[in-house]
Amino acid sequence: MTDNTNINKINSYENTRRKEEMKHQVITFVLMIAFTLIAFLVVAAELSRTFVIPFILLLAVVQVGFQFYYFMHMKDKGHEIISSLIFGGIWIAAVTVLTFTTIIWW
Amino acid sequence: MSLASTQKKSFGAVLWDYLTTVDHKKLGNMYIVAGAFFFILGGIEALVIRIQLMKPENDFISAGLYNEMITMHGTTMIFFAAMPILLGLMNAIMPLQIGARDVAFPFLNSLGFWLFLFGGIMLNLSWFLGGAPDAGWTAYTPLSTQSPGHGVDFYVMGLQLSGAGTLIGGINFLVTIVTMRGPGMTYMRMPLFTWTTFIASILILFAFPALTVGLFLLMFDRMFGSAFFDVALGGNSIIWQHLFWIFGHPEVYILILPAFGIFSEIFPVFSKKRLFGYSSMVFATFMIAFLGFMVWAHHMLTVGLGPVANSIFAVATMAIAVPTGIKIFNWLATMWGGSIRINSAMLWSLAFIPSFTIGGMTGVMLATATADYQYHDTYFVIGHFHYVIVGGTLFGILAGLHYWWPKLFGKVLHEGMGKIAFWIFFIGFHLTFFVQHFLGLMGMPRRYWVFLENQGLDTGNLVSTIGAFLMTIGTIIFIINIVYTSIKGEKASADPWGTGRTLEWAVSSPPPEYNFKKLPLVRGLDAYWIEKMDGNDKMTPAEPLVDIHMPNGSILPVTMTIGFFIASFGFIYQVDNKSWLALVFIGFAIALGSMLIRSLKDDHGYHIHKEDLEREAD
Amino acid sequence: MSQDHSLNLKNSHEDPAKATMEGKNKFLGLWFFLGGETVLFASFFATYLSLRESTAGGPTSQELFGLELVFIMTVLLLTSSLTSVYAIYHMKNNNFKKMQLWFGITALLGIAFLACEIYEFAHYIIEYEFTFRSSAFGSAFYTLVGFHGGHVVFGLSWLISLMVRNAKRGLSLYNAPKYNTFAIYWHFIDVVWVFIFTVVYLMGMVS
Repeated sequence: MTDNTNINKINSYENTRRKEEMKHQVITFVLMIAFTLIAFLVVAAELSRTFVIPFILLLAVVQVGFQFYYFMHMKDKGHEIISSLIFGGIWIAAVTVLTFTTIIWW
Repeated sequence: MSLASTQKKSFGAVLWDYLTTVDHKKLGNMYIVAGAFFFILGGIEALVIRIQLMKPENDFISAGLYNEMITMHGTTMIFFAAMPILLGLMNAIMPLQIGARDVAFPFLNSLGFWLFLFGGIMLNLSWFLGGAPDAGWTAYTPLSTQSPGHGVDFYVMGLQLSGAGTLIGGINFLVTIVTMRGPGMTYMRMPLFTWTTFIASILILFAFPALTVGLFLLMFDRMFGSAFFDVALGGNSIIWQHLFWIFGHPEVYILILPAFGIFSEIFPVFSKKRLFGYSSMVFATFMIAFLGFMVWAHHMLTVGLGPVANSIFAVATMAIAVPTGIKIFNWLATMWGGSIRINSAMLWSLAFIPSFTIGGMTGVMLATATADYQYHDTYFVIGHFHYVIVGGTLFGILAGLHYWWPKLFGKVLHEGMGKIAFWIFFIGFHLTFFVQHFLGLMGMPRRYWVFLENQGLDTGNLVSTIGAFLMTIGTIIFIINIVYTSIKGEKASADPWGTGRTLEWAVSSPPPEYNFKKLPLVRGLDAYWIEKMDGNDKMTPAEPLVDIHMPNGSILPVTMTIGFFIASFGFIYQVDNKSWLALVFIGFAIALGSMLIRSLKDDHGYHIHKEDLEREAD
Repeated sequence: MSQDHSLNLKNSHEDPAKATMEGKNKFLGLWFFLGGETVLFASFFATYLSLRESTAGGPTSQELFGLELVFIMTVLLLTSSLTSVYAIYHMKNNNFKKMQLWFGITALLGIAFLACEIYEFAHYIIEYEFTFRSSAFGSAFYTLVGFHGGHVVFGLSWLISLMVRNAKRGLSLYNAPKYNTFAIYWHFIDVVWVFIFTVVYLMGMVS
């Protein structure tokens, strides 16, 4: 019987932890919607191009960070190899995009 | 599924067994056999090229056929010979080396094989269906978008199929190495071949998507009238070159790193010493992989990217010589002071060192951006990359085949024939390609159908062709060796070399379908050698004898592949007549139907019971 | 390496999606696949970025795009990401019915997103005669956004077949990893969309 009570204790601990985590995720979601709204508003306001483009790109990167770390749990334990491979992919993606926007010109 | 596999089975049963197998060892052997078949095809194409260039203004084949030959030779050798044989060795050996009973995704493993095979068949069917692709293995636009007929379409669809297969294979190896390592097998205890499999798989994972995209764009331009490479509608040909080489350069390292791994296994075993600088070898492999992604534009130094871009890519390219040099010196130091045994596997490995170093040296020459304007698109480049791919990858494959043949097929290859084949091939190889450097420096351009006499190119080309014939003879002797061994050869013991260091030599040759009856406990690098030094003739088991869980075989990978194969034909021929689109729908129905069956039907596998295992002899 | 898939989930505090070897493998395999997908989409984005001015006299991005529809599509997809998080939350609490409910909402939001996208494409083709063949910009736009849409279609078929297949069987260690991998894949679709609305639509609107 002791086994069972232990498991119940663990379960109740896990449940609180999950509830806590769920709260974080809802906050993440609210932030993401807010960021999206800001990005759209900035573009709709027709501010200067040199400000708008870096700004909305930054918002996008932060949003994607939220997705990866909170929604996809990349912040959790056991994701070390996963995140190193994802960052590898992001690095190659960045180099690719950089090349295509700088040295293809005719 | 009984264990009594020794019973004679009918041909149909054997065929069904191979069509449905998910056993990584069988799939490995199938990869090797299919790769060898395509290697022979590519070799014949090479021979035809060399016969055409034997003398000035030769008319052995027409100009158009010559273009098809060079395209098919390159494409076949890279995608359907070298890659699959390496994937085959990885499949057969890597799970044994990490003490695993299977790969992570046996079903996907089989799917990867069939996609590769049908991709290769699709590409080669073009010979019989109106002509092979003729735009070079790089298929540069706008040449490839303008190429008449369906040749390039077969190239696109064939590579798309096999590329998907390779990507699946790469992911499978990655997950296998991360999750399936046996008890005690930490990362830094993994044999070098496993390490290079791991890193080559990372390269596959990141490189092949770029090819997939490039092929999609080419497919859309050729078959659906899009305008990616159509300058009149604002398209840009350079995009293809970038996408192709973002894939294409890491591909070179996908080919060479596993070969490095093979040599790193062979040198210690036949020098009776542990590998010199194990951790620096792992580090160097990572460095090569990392830098390998940042150098692709050295294939495009003459495109006009500008001096800044050219300099960056030139310097990054030269930097790769550093980790490669680390490896070369580590291999030399491994042999230093060892009790060296020279046999066929060792001969191929020894020959690799100078041959590959020459290829690396010309590589640094080519990386020098300004000098590259002279070398670009000449035979110098042909000489360079054949020294790297033949002298590196092919020598690695042949060394690996001699070394692991007993583990793959249960018999040791004949030594005498192995040595004769080596010497003839080795001399032929240097005759063929060494002289090509000078032909290139004298101005002979690559891909040309004929050359004029009395321009100083006659002798060099003749020598090169003689060399090609010697390589052919060497290959034929190797094939005779295989046939002879499979008929006359004696059954090999578990550790036929006597000095095996890694786990694959601790199981019988060939291994049972479950690999390890009891999973072995790994106590350090070169796990089997450690046990030998402690006076044990077997690995210490890490578990008691238990039921072994095995995956079920399945025919679905074959039907899925056939579905995509049919759909590819639909895509190719709908350009002529829209009613061919029916094939696209039929094909996708078959493929998606198979996927649906796969996900709807639960497949829990089966168990081999420990009572049956006890009955089996060791 | 337990192979007993009927294990009682109630007494286990482990994440049911990663409790078995197969579950772990599926989880890692999908993540690695997403690493490859990153490069795949990067290549499409890079192609789009280098061709987005190549309109060949046809409609430009400023003429075509409108903010309202894209904003609605973004909210739909972001919300579907949150609902799948809820579904996984209920999976970890072993509440199968609620998990199915939240995944059902996810699927509906996904379908709504797809409907908007189809409307958008049809709008461009009919109103502006802006097609896949109009210009290099057109080819690049439809290919990039279309491949994302294709991923949504694939994800929806995956989710719906999972839900139908397991409707009567409840949650087990055999199907929990399948739901979990789907959820990760779905988030990734969202990640790609964040860049699409920023790079394609918003940057396309900025003059």
